[in-house]
Amino acid sequence: MSAIVILLIASISVAAIFLAAFIWSVRTGQYDDEFSPPQRILFDNKPSSNNSNQ
Amino acid sequence: MAEAKVHNHLLCFHCGEVCPTTNISAEDKHFCCEGCKMVYQLLNKSGLCDYYSLNENPGLNQRIPVRKDKFAFLNEENIQRQLITFTNEQQTHITFYLPTIHCSSCLYLLENLHRLQPAVISASVNFTRKEVSIIYNHNNLSLQKLAELLTSIGYEPYISLQNLQNHKPATKKRLIYQLGVAGFCFANIMLLSFPEYLGLEAADIQLQGIFRWLNVLLALPVFFYSALPFYESGWKGLKHKFLNIDAPIALAIIVTFSRSMYEVISGTGAGYFDSMSGIVFFMLVGRVLQDKTYQQLSFERDFTSYFPVAATLVKDGAEVPISLPEIKAGDTLLIHSNELIPADGICTRGKACIDYSFVTGESLPVNKEMGEMVYAGGKQTGGAIEILVIKEVAQSYLTRLWSADAFKKNSEPKSVSFVHLLSRCFTTILFTIAAFAATYWALHDSTKVWNVITAVLIVACPCALLLSNTFTNGNILRILGRNKLYMRNAQTIEDMANITHIVFDKTGTLTTTQQQEVIYEGHTLNKYQQQAVASLAAQSSHPLSRALAAHFGHLKRLSIEEFHEIPGKGIEGMVGDDWISLGSHSFIVGASGAIDHSTKVYVSIDDKVYGCFTLRNHFRESVAPLIKTLATRYRLSVLSGDNANERSTLQQMMGENAILLFNQQPADKLHYIEHLQESGERVMMIGDGLNDAGALKQSNVGIALTEDCNNFTPASDAIMDAKQLSALNRFIRLCRANKQIVIASFILSILYNIVGLSFAVQGVLSPMIAAILMPASSLSILLVTFGSSNIAAKLLRC
Repeated sequence: MSAIVILLIASISVAAIFLAAFIWSVRTGQYDDEFSPPQRILFDNKPSSNNSNQ
Repeated sequence: MAEAKVHNHLLCFHCGEVCPTTNISAEDKHFCCEGCKMVYQLLNKSGLCDYYSLNENPGLNQRIPVRKDKFAFLNEENIQRQLITFTNEQQTHITFYLPTIHCSSCLYLLENLHRLQPAVISASVNFTRKEVSIIYNHNNLSLQKLAELLTSIGYEPYISLQNLQNHKPATKKRLIYQLGVAGFCFANIMLLSFPEYLGLEAADIQLQGIFRWLNVLLALPVFFYSALPFYESGWKGLKHKFLNIDAPIALAIIVTFSRSMYEVISGTGAGYFDSMSGIVFFMLVGRVLQDKTYQQLSFERDFTSYFPVAATLVKDGAEVPISLPEIKAGDTLLIHSNELIPADGICTRGKACIDYSFVTGESLPVNKEMGEMVYAGGKQTGGAIEILVIKEVAQSYLTRLWSADAFKKNSEPKSVSFVHLLSRCFTTILFTIAAFAATYWALHDSTKVWNVITAVLIVACPCALLLSNTFTNGNILRILGRNKLYMRNAQTIEDMANITHIVFDKTGTLTTTQQQEVIYEGHTLNKYQQQAVASLAAQSSHPLSRALAAHFGHLKRLSIEEFHEIPGKGIEGMVGDDWISLGSHSFIVGASGAIDHSTKVYVSIDDKVYGCFTLRNHFRESVAPLIKTLATRYRLSVLSGDNANERSTLQQMMGENAILLFNQQPADKLHYIEHLQESGERVMMIGDGLNDAGALKQSNVGIALTEDCNNFTPASDAIMDAKQLSALNRFIRLCRANKQIVIASFILSILYNIVGLSFAVQGVLSPMIAAILMPASSLSILLVTFGSSNIAAKLLRC
C-alpha cells in the first residue's frame, strides 16, 4: 500500500512540474511569436558579427 | 514590344520588381532604382548579404524616397517620452511597429541591426505583431537617426497618434493559465478515479479514502480558479436580467461540486469530480479556440491610428515639429507631399491637390487654390503647401464623425446568439424533468429526492451545446482566417449568416484605387506618339497625368523640352520635333461651348487634335460575377461619395433592383444603414475608408476591405483581403453552415443526455456512467463539429 502512496506522490509531482513549466512558458511569452524562434536558430552567426558587437 | 519583354525578365535584385532600365547595377546585380542599390551596397559593406540568400528578392521597393526630416519630431522631448518604454544613462528601449516585416530575411536583417549601427545594442523581432524592440545607446544615436536607419533599409516605423494616447493592452493570458490548471487536474483526477471505476477490494478500503481526498484536493483549483469565466459571465448575464448559456453551466458546476463534496465527506460515494473537471477543461479548450484573436490586426482603430503623431509648424520662419494634440487654431502648418492634413484649415501657400478618397470616397484628387478650405484627413499629393489651422484636431470635420452616436455605443455585442435562446429552452425542459422526477420520488422514496435532482442537473447541463458552439465557431474562424477574412469575434459568424441586405461602398471597394481604366477615342496614335504622350504626362504630378503615365508605364520615356504646365488647363512640351499638348477640352479643342469633363484628357500633336483619353474607375474583375450570385439572395445597395457619372454602368452591373446613391457624405451613409435597419433589414456593409467608418460601425456586420492587412482599416467587425472579395458569397454560405452544424451536433449530444437522464431519474447514476458519457459526448461533438465544418469548407472551396 505504501508503495502506491509513494508512486502517487511521485506521479502527481511530475505532473505538477509540467504544469509549472507550462505556466512559466506562457508567462515568459514563448507562445507570443511562433515564427521568429524557429527561423532565428537557422541563422549563422558569423564570428565577425560577434567581434563588431564587442 | 520586344524591349518590354526583355525588361520583364530583368528583376531588381533587391525588391524583385521589374527594372525599367539596365543602367542601375552593382557587381553584376541589377536594381530598379538607386534606393534599392543603396540598400544593397549598405548591406554588402556590413557583410549582411545573407539577407538575399534566405529569400529571393526580399527587399522593399525604395523608389519613393522618404522626406529627409520626416522623423524630426522624434527629437521632441515629450513625444519621445511617450514612445520610449525604458531609459537610463546608458541605454534606451523602444518598440517600433514595422508594417513591412514579412519574411525571415526581415528577421535576419533587423536582428543584425547592430552590424549596421554599432550604437544599437540589440534588436529583437516579434514577427506576429510585426514589432521590433530595440535597445540602443542614446549617447551615440538619436531616436530620429534610429528611425531613419530603419527607414533607409526599407522598414519605415509606423508611428501614429494612437501610440501617444494609449499603449496596447497585454494579451489576456488568464484563460490559458486556467486551461493549463484544468488540464492538469482533469488528467490526474481521471487517473485517481480508475480504482473507483474498477472496484477496490475490501483490504484496500483505506486507499479508497486517500484517492477520494486527493481528488477533492485536485478539484479545488478547477472549481475555484479554472471555472471562474463561467461564473463571471453567468453572473454578468443575470445582472443584466439575461439568462445566457453560462448561467446553467455555472449552476451545474456548483451542484456537481457540492454533491461530490457531500458524498466524499459523508463517505457515501466518490462524487463526480472527474466529470466536472473534464467538462470545465473541454469548455475552456472551446473558449480558447473561439477567442483566438489576430494579434497583428486591430478592429478598434479610429482616426487616431490613421493620423501621424506630429506635423510641421511654421513659426517665425522656422520649421518646428509639433505633436498633433498641441496644434491650435491660428497655427501655420507646412504639409509636405504625401502627408496628411491633420486639422481643418485654409490653404495659404502653394497649390493643394488633395486626395480625399479615403475620407470622402471621391476617387479623384481635388485641386484647391490659396484661400480655400482644406479638411483634415486628406492627403496632399502635389508639392508642399502651408495651411492656416482654423479648427483643432479634435474638432475637425473628420474627427467629429467619431462623436456620432454609432461610436458612442460601447462594444457590447450587437446581437444575441441563438445559442443562448436554445440553452434557455433546454434549461426549462431540464427543470421540468427534474421537478417531475423529484415529485415521483417524493411519493415513493423520499430519501432519493436530492440524489435525483442533483443527478439530473449534473447530467444535463447545456455544456454540450456550448462545446458544439465554441468548437464550430473556432474552426470556422480558423478556416476564414486562412482565406484572409479575419473576424473580430465568433458572434460575427452568426450575424453574417443572418444578413438580408448588403451595402457596398464604391470607391476602393467595388473599384480599385490602384488602377484606372484609360479608354482612348480618336485617331490612332502610333507607338512613337504614345511614347511622346507618356513622356509628357510623366512630367506632371496632376492625377490625370499620372494615371496616363501609369497607363503607358511599359513604354520607354523620351526627353522633353520646353515643358509647360498651365494650372487647371493642361500641359505641353516639345518631344523630338513634335509639339504635344495634353489637357482639358477648352485648352486643346477651344472653348466651343463643350462642357469640360473632369475625367477627359484631350491630346493634340503639332496643333492637330488627335482624340481624347477617358479615365474611368476600374472595377475589380471579381465584382460582376459576385454581384450576380449575391443578387439572387440579398438586396443590394451601393453608396458612393463620388458623383453620379457612372450611374448607368453601375446600375447595369448591380442589377435593376439595386439601390444606388451618389454624393454620400459619411453621415449620410450611416443614416442610410440606420434607415434600413429600422425597416427590419439586417445589413452587411463592405467598405474601405474612413468615410465608411460610421456605416461599418452601425451595420450588423461591417467588413473593412483592404489591399494589405497591415494598412489602416477603420473599426469594423471583420477585415478582408481585397483579393478575396470574389469569395464573399462562399464565406456567407460557410457562416450559414455554421449554425446548422451547431444544431446538428447539439441534437447528437441530446441523445447522450437522454441516456444519462434515464439513469439519473431512476436515481442510479454512478460516477462511472457519468465518466463514460461525459468524454464520449465531448469527443463525438468535437469530431462532428471539426469534421463537418471542414467538409463544408471543402464543398465551398474555402
